[in-house]
Amino acid sequence: MPTEPFVKKYLRQRVLPTIWCGGCGLGTVMRVIVEALDDLKIDQNNLVVVSGIGCSSRMAGYLDANTVHTTHGRALPVATGIKLAHPELEVVVIMGDGDGTAIGGNHLIHASRRNINLNVFLLNNGNYGMTSGQVSPMTPHEWHASTCPFGNLEHAFHLCDMVKSAGATYIARTTTFHYMQAVRLAKEVLEHKGFAFLEIYFQCPTYFGRFNEMTDAPAMLQWLKKNAVRYDPEKPRELEKGQFYVGKLWEDNTKDEYTDLYCKLCGRAQEMMQVAD
Amino acid sequence: MSGTKGRTLLLQGNEACAMGAIYAGCRFFGGYPITPSTEIAEHFARKLPTVGGVFIQMEDEIASISSIIGSSLAGVKAMTATSGPGFSLMQENLGLATVLETPIVIVNIMRSGASTGHPTGTGQGDLMQSRWGTHSDHPVVALAPATAQEMFDLTVKAFNIAEKLRVPVILLPEAVVGHIREAVYIPAEGEMEVIDRERPGSYENFLFFKRDTNGVAHPPDLGAGFRPHYTGLTHDESGFFTAVPDRVNAFTVGLNSKMELHREYLTDYCEETVEDADVLLISFGVTARACAHVTRDLRKRGVKAGCFRPRIVWPFPEERLNRIAQHAHTFIVPELNLGQMRLVVQRVVGPEKRVVGINRVDGAMLTLERMQKEVEEVLA
Repeated sequence: MPTEPFVKKYLRQRVLPTIWCGGCGLGTVMRVIVEALDDLKIDQNNLVVVSGIGCSSRMAGYLDANTVHTTHGRALPVATGIKLAHPELEVVVIMGDGDGTAIGGNHLIHASRRNINLNVFLLNNGNYGMTSGQVSPMTPHEWHASTCPFGNLEHAFHLCDMVKSAGATYIARTTTFHYMQAVRLAKEVLEHKGFAFLEIYFQCPTYFGRFNEMTDAPAMLQWLKKNAVRYDPEKPRELEKGQFYVGKLWEDNTKDEYTDLYCKLCGRAQEMMQVAD
Repeated sequence: MSGTKGRTLLLQGNEACAMGAIYAGCRFFGGYPITPSTEIAEHFARKLPTVGGVFIQMEDEIASISSIIGSSLAGVKAMTATSGPGFSLMQENLGLATVLETPIVIVNIMRSGASTGHPTGTGQGDLMQSRWGTHSDHPVVALAPATAQEMFDLTVKAFNIAEKLRVPVILLPEAVVGHIREAVYIPAEGEMEVIDRERPGSYENFLFFKRDTNGVAHPPDLGAGFRPHYTGLTHDESGFFTAVPDRVNAFTVGLNSKMELHREYLTDYCEETVEDADVLLISFGVTARACAHVTRDLRKRGVKAGCFRPRIVWPFPEERLNRIAQHAHTFIVPELNLGQMRLVVQRVVGPEKRVVGINRVDGAMLTLERMQKEVEEVLA
């Protein structure tokens, strides 16, 4: 018996096609996430997907799970409430770069700090695509966007370093060019117990590319390919301008996860109450 | 234990509020410290772990309201508590809770003044904000307790309304009511009604946001096996985004119809000697307690006075006020703001009636003496 293809199983076919532009990398990202979910046989009824606002966040509507499309930047605190209320739920968080690092930046560092068991996918296209290409905190220095037509004066976050210092316990980066690696890392995110963070660079040829002399998806994928450097903790190397590491960047399994700690705290509090009685 | 008698305790209003929430089945509190509400968070931090509930101090008030929405979406009754500056930050996701039809309770212990204002002063300046703080047309219910006892009772009622109508409910006490210490009767389990949201066992064609004959939609809890989609975008009965004009219209009209269809259920007021009154004192919260004294004094002196106090301020009890207003010629509206409820009263009783405010915005209460003096001036 042929089984149903996994993309059909995990997608709500009645709401397709997506709203994404031709050449956009989000379709690839969605397939990566769905393949990881299917490989790990994640029960859709137990799966909650929470997103914010922006192109990336529309993904919640396409995934056949319990899905919550929240407000701009607020996916993480909503997801924190869901996970704490029902720790047995598998909670995936999908954010864009403006969503997760500008308006939601405070929530990102605090959710990392708590080490709560959330599976966070931050989809980075370097600009605000939904509103047609404004500069974001992840637009590279001196690159162009509709609100920095003469070049970006600001510098992008070193995002993976930032969530590491904030306390995340699994951190990785990949791109839409590195499909197989992306699936492997997405599965590691889902399997990690604690705050797991995967930054995925994806192409936005319609805006980011057009403003920066890469007018189609192949040109942007070539750019991602050219500048990606596989991370090997044994052989660290100097990165040249524009280059970035891909692969698993950090994992710490020594730190207790937040909902586990909270459960233990409840046990202690209840014991103290019994002693008091 | 059901059937046993409750107990009476000397409690602070904020403590009574937290105890009322736990009585109502609240098992999640997400909050951020702010005067004069912090005793609520502190009470929850001590008690919730002992009843298997979740307490979490979030990074700000935006995250606080977000976390309680998440908890409620997952089926666990949830609450936050704050004061004006924090309530301002919560307006964004107050709107989200209305359109996701997610029951939550927000306690806004009112301080005095705009912006940071006077944190330890008392005030009633957030009356209009609680109605119109988040953008566009939306349903909202707000309750104004006047005593420590009502901090308990109306918190239970707030949860019941939230669960029954699937709306965010705001509790709007002044700092003074949050901090007052009075005897509070805590009912035994089962003595007071506690309502849990309706959880349908099945949905026709997966229309999770289809309204029942009472105008209420009952979308399922996350993880309950239905795989619903929740979005802050305009959505149709399926829960998915729509831009079709008829459906967008049905979204906004349907959402707001909950208030109209449950007008009677959402009418809650206290009144004294209103039927033959020439002069009506109308106020809410702690200020209304002084109004009752002034009314009785006036009656003793032969002035036909009455007083009227909505306990649910939004929706405003227009029908009742309109009826008792027919006879009266003068309406005095004492408030710890510059006249927010006075505007509502004027609109309800009509432009030909005399509506006068007594207002104080210095962070203190309207004392009985001051109110008596100003009422005398109005009636002179």
